[in-house]
Amino acid sequence: MFNLTEILQTNEMIDQQHLDIRTITMGISLLDCAHSDISTACRKIYDKITRLAENLVSTGYEIEHEFGIPIVNKRISVTPIALIAGSCGAEDYTPFAEALDNAAREMGVNFIGGFSALVHKGFTDGDRRLIESIPRALCATERVCSSVNVATTKAGINMDAVGLMGQTIKSAAEMSGDGFACAKLVVFANAVEDNPFMAGAFHGAGEPECVINVGVSGPGVVAHALRSIKGEPFDVVAETIKKTAFRITRMGQLVAQEASRRLNVPFGIVDLSLAPTPAVGDSVADILEEMGLSCAGTHGTTAALALLNDAVKKGGIMASSHVGGLSGAFIPVSEDAGMIAAAESGVLTLSKLEAMTCVCSVGLDMIAVPGDVSAETISAIIADEAAIGVVNNKTTAVRIIPAPGKSVGDRVDFGGLLGMAPVMPVTPGDSAGFIARGGRIPAPLHSLRN
Amino acid sequence: MRAIVTVIGKDQVGIIANVSTLLAGIGVNVLDISQTVLQEFFTMVMLVDTKECSLPFSELSQSLKSRGEEQGLSIRIQREDIFDAMHRI
Repeated sequence: MFNLTEILQTNEMIDQQHLDIRTITMGISLLDCAHSDISTACRKIYDKITRLAENLVSTGYEIEHEFGIPIVNKRISVTPIALIAGSCGAEDYTPFAEALDNAAREMGVNFIGGFSALVHKGFTDGDRRLIESIPRALCATERVCSSVNVATTKAGINMDAVGLMGQTIKSAAEMSGDGFACAKLVVFANAVEDNPFMAGAFHGAGEPECVINVGVSGPGVVAHALRSIKGEPFDVVAETIKKTAFRITRMGQLVAQEASRRLNVPFGIVDLSLAPTPAVGDSVADILEEMGLSCAGTHGTTAALALLNDAVKKGGIMASSHVGGLSGAFIPVSEDAGMIAAAESGVLTLSKLEAMTCVCSVGLDMIAVPGDVSAETISAIIADEAAIGVVNNKTTAVRIIPAPGKSVGDRVDFGGLLGMAPVMPVTPGDSAGFIARGGRIPAPLHSLRN
Repeated sequence: MRAIVTVIGKDQVGIIANVSTLLAGIGVNVLDISQTVLQEFFTMVMLVDTKECSLPFSELSQSLKSRGEEQGLSIRIQREDIFDAMHRI
């Protein structure tokens, strides 16, 4: 009838290994909310979100209690606002962010994503106004997340946008005082339309009216499983991770289907990402160290991460009917206790993190750098990440915080899930002449697949 | 709806009687039961049917939790589906 060991094992994963559903994210299309009058457009946006997401949080709690599995976040993603706001003549798009923020607060969700623009091939007037509004919008709101896609494998890299985003990140950091606004701002290459994770979530133009996407978690469960196979060869390591990822994802699929049925909203995807939290024992760095590395960031880290990322996908893919989003291990520095320790010890550097992003999702995530780092250097960091994404046909992103007034050795504390980031040094040198060129870096040869 | 009740805590007289009485009183049928002592902790798992339960699931869950706390036990109830999803193809 039932197996005592399996039941106790499941509950141990939840109680002691931080197994949880990281997020149920409702994607909402705002394409029908465009209007020539900004206040009418904002009202339509607020009304639509509060109508469709009315039961999101309560349904999340119901599922959480019935299944006994924590659902950490209930969130909302919307159509990139640049697509909606372009219809109105306003120069400042902050009111759109405020409408999103009010709707998020009313619905009880902690983040709403989609103050976004897709500019990989060039800017519309609306895109440009949205990017100019980002620092103000992020400082005027609490829960709004913003993202800008500056490159794709098909289009190449929009270096004008890369240059502009360096300046935007700098002004967002300075305007918010402590740099907190930058924790809500992601610069993407090959952004996906169905990502449930913040701060990069938005509801793509190819998505349906409304959809439920789910992101699972469980680095602690994987690390625990590896503890029981100490010294075994990598074949055994890969098999163990696959089996664990399968179990985690099946739970995500169950919750996604249940949420979709109860909310009467189609199920979109399960995102197979291993997402850490700052809690001890919920760390991707722990997994890498469990494989035999003394500290995440030392030689061997990229190989360990490549194996982890691949095995998680192989295990997860059979457990879900639709896999999507980012689906890869996350390595946000401030949100992972092991990564924080590795960065503080000096073993994990920005260069090593860049190498790691070649083999996992999503990119240089939640990294604090000194406040006096120039906009051009930040742009150059973005360009490097975009190149990795474009050439390897994968998503990469940069969420970097030039912490005002802070220097290497200091810490920036964001609190909650965003955690605490040690300020890391950037590589010496100057990239201003490189960024000043502007224009577009052409798409790579292998983008021509037709 | 079928659910799994898990009781964990220090062994003492009357744990099974106590939980069963509470469940019987609100129309929850016990279908199967298994128990063991793991690392000095009494561990009991019950498969129950809540179809005829007079309380909504959230209240059932809360009353089991409170009863457990009175006796220093952890008692939780979860829908069976989550265990099936994780361990059965």
